[in-house]
Amino acid sequence: MPRDAVWNAERAIAIIAEFRDVPGALLPVLHALMAEFGHISPATLSLLATGLNISRADVQGVLSFYHDFRTTPPGRHVIKLCRAEACQSVGAANLERHAKRSLGIEWGQTSEDGAFTLEPVYCLGNCALSPAVMIDEQLYGRVDPVKFEAILGDLADRAPDAEQAP
Amino acid sequence: MSPSSGPVSVFVPRDAAALSMGADAVAEAIRHEAGRRGASLRLVRNGSRGLMWLEPMVEVTTPAGRIAYGPVRAEDVPSLFDAGFLQGEPHPLGHGLTEEIDYLKRQERLTFVRCGIVDPLSIEDYRAHSGGRGLEKALGMDSSEIVTTVTESGLRGRGGAGFPTGLKWKTVLEANASQKYVCCNADEGDSGTFADRMLLEGDPFLLIEGMTICALAVGATRGYVYIRSEYPHAIACFRQAVSKAYEAGWLGDTVHGHPRAFHLEVRVGAGAYICGEETSMLESLEGKRGVVRAKPPVPAIEGLFGQPTVINNVLTLTSVPVILAKGAAFYRDFGMGRSRGTQPFQLAGNIRRGGLVEKAFGISLADLIYRFGGGSASGRPIRAVQVGGPLGAYIPPDQFGMAKDYETFAAHGAMVGHGGIVVFDDSVDMAAQARFALEFCALESCGKCTPCRIGAVRGMEVMDRITGGLERETNLALLRDLCAVMADASLCAMGGLTPQPVLSALQHFPEDFDRQPTSRAAE
Repeated sequence: MPRDAVWNAERAIAIIAEFRDVPGALLPVLHALMAEFGHISPATLSLLATGLNISRADVQGVLSFYHDFRTTPPGRHVIKLCRAEACQSVGAANLERHAKRSLGIEWGQTSEDGAFTLEPVYCLGNCALSPAVMIDEQLYGRVDPVKFEAILGDLADRAPDAEQAP
Repeated sequence: MSPSSGPVSVFVPRDAAALSMGADAVAEAIRHEAGRRGASLRLVRNGSRGLMWLEPMVEVTTPAGRIAYGPVRAEDVPSLFDAGFLQGEPHPLGHGLTEEIDYLKRQERLTFVRCGIVDPLSIEDYRAHSGGRGLEKALGMDSSEIVTTVTESGLRGRGGAGFPTGLKWKTVLEANASQKYVCCNADEGDSGTFADRMLLEGDPFLLIEGMTICALAVGATRGYVYIRSEYPHAIACFRQAVSKAYEAGWLGDTVHGHPRAFHLEVRVGAGAYICGEETSMLESLEGKRGVVRAKPPVPAIEGLFGQPTVINNVLTLTSVPVILAKGAAFYRDFGMGRSRGTQPFQLAGNIRRGGLVEKAFGISLADLIYRFGGGSASGRPIRAVQVGGPLGAYIPPDQFGMAKDYETFAAHGAMVGHGGIVVFDDSVDMAAQARFALEFCALESCGKCTPCRIGAVRGMEVMDRITGGLERETNLALLRDLCAVMADASLCAMGGLTPQPVLSALQHFPEDFDRQPTSRAAE
């Protein structure tokens, strides 16, 4: 996944142009830009407004409304911990405390080594195998602090050049 | 289809829940071990049968039927081969014939009849397991006949509100417009629910069939499926199914060779719970902030891009094919009172045997939680269950005898919602759960109406004063007053139903709201 592709105006303009004739294009185009660049650069706002013939305020309004759209680049991996009721019933709060302590960060922050961004999520649809965690697009079930550390360790093993132990 | 011809079929689910427990590694281990031993087999990545505590549940076809093993880890695979699992031989992880597993055998599967059985992306499999018969019937009927059949089945919206589906379709059918839409709400945001996800990943052609029948019934030529972004596996699987359906001529300018156009597109949400509210979903589909619209006009008259629009949940639309295939009376014969047919219930949270249970309306909560679910996972006594999602009521064990149908639940100040049941054991702090309901509302409110936007934040503050021991009686009165305002004056269910978990927690578990502040972990 080219999440860390460097922002590139020409590429952004080309992506926006692909959606010009799609009715209600703003969400699909924002998802496409997120997939390409990992975040929506502030410089994209006016390109979107021009490309889709809507106001900058409309773009900004949508960008700020939805939790998924970020305006700064995330860490190399995005960890989403479920905070919803089913996960609460089997120890999500404990896992949350552990994750924050282990990574040394709060919600929305990125670990010092740039490896992990921690985000809350409200239901991943894995409620019979709670607590649930999603890292990038990989789903994990029955995650306790021990399994959490094992998963992060595996990720570090897989990309030894890019990762340092948290 | 004869199981004795050709290599044995081995099923390893591709459902996200199974993947979350290592199904991909299990599939890889089976492939590797078969290669090493020179065993020939056909590996099928099916959906989930919904017996989540057994995932990954591996099945093998034998002349007697499919045999289940689970939960299988990759490291169990060599021993499965050693035991002769390809011939269905016993193993410590074995459960015998899948269809004979009590949890599955006692269900009444109408909507989930194929889920976990077929290869979800095989049109041939879909056909071979009676898929497509509802649409075949519908293609030979005129629009009003289809609508009448759905009306007579008694089907009500499975998304939460329980509105009669036939009535909604009739309104759109009778609306005059050059463009009409069918929108499927797959923004399954309620904690404790995963039925939509299972179908999108396990039997996607069923939803395509249901939406096509709806399009024929109301005269719509375009459809959208709005899937939440938290479901990347469902999005990928359903998108593949849609493109296969186009290739097969099931979608496009003609449908199954009939001169009726139906175009279907997948749209992805962006992490907003409120977009599960139908008018907010329309705004989102139009590329706007997911802000709730005032009703009237209802979407059936003025919906997507201002045109008449059917909005139904995944479970509603996937109930339609069997109604057309087997008739309204067949479906209506399941259920009780004004709740007809079956409901896929989902057992979640602190429960031993979590999963999907499709049963006729009228089954009791106790049956679901204890007979199917086997009680709590922790082994501790169950103290409360939350039914109907984060906006649903908390119910104490002395009310578990009540039957699950729309009216009984409404009479108890609760709702069936999307069929989710989240179980909590006696370690739960119900005041903390009440506060969370308000916190969630504050996070996810679209901000349009004041009772919801401001009420949720004020509610959190009031809760903190109550649990902090500050003027407890005064603040409890204030909390009740605030909840009354939210319930009566909010524009949609978000603010309107948030008082349900709050007040039910307070009503049934008042002792949790009256503890010494020191006994509570600081937030």
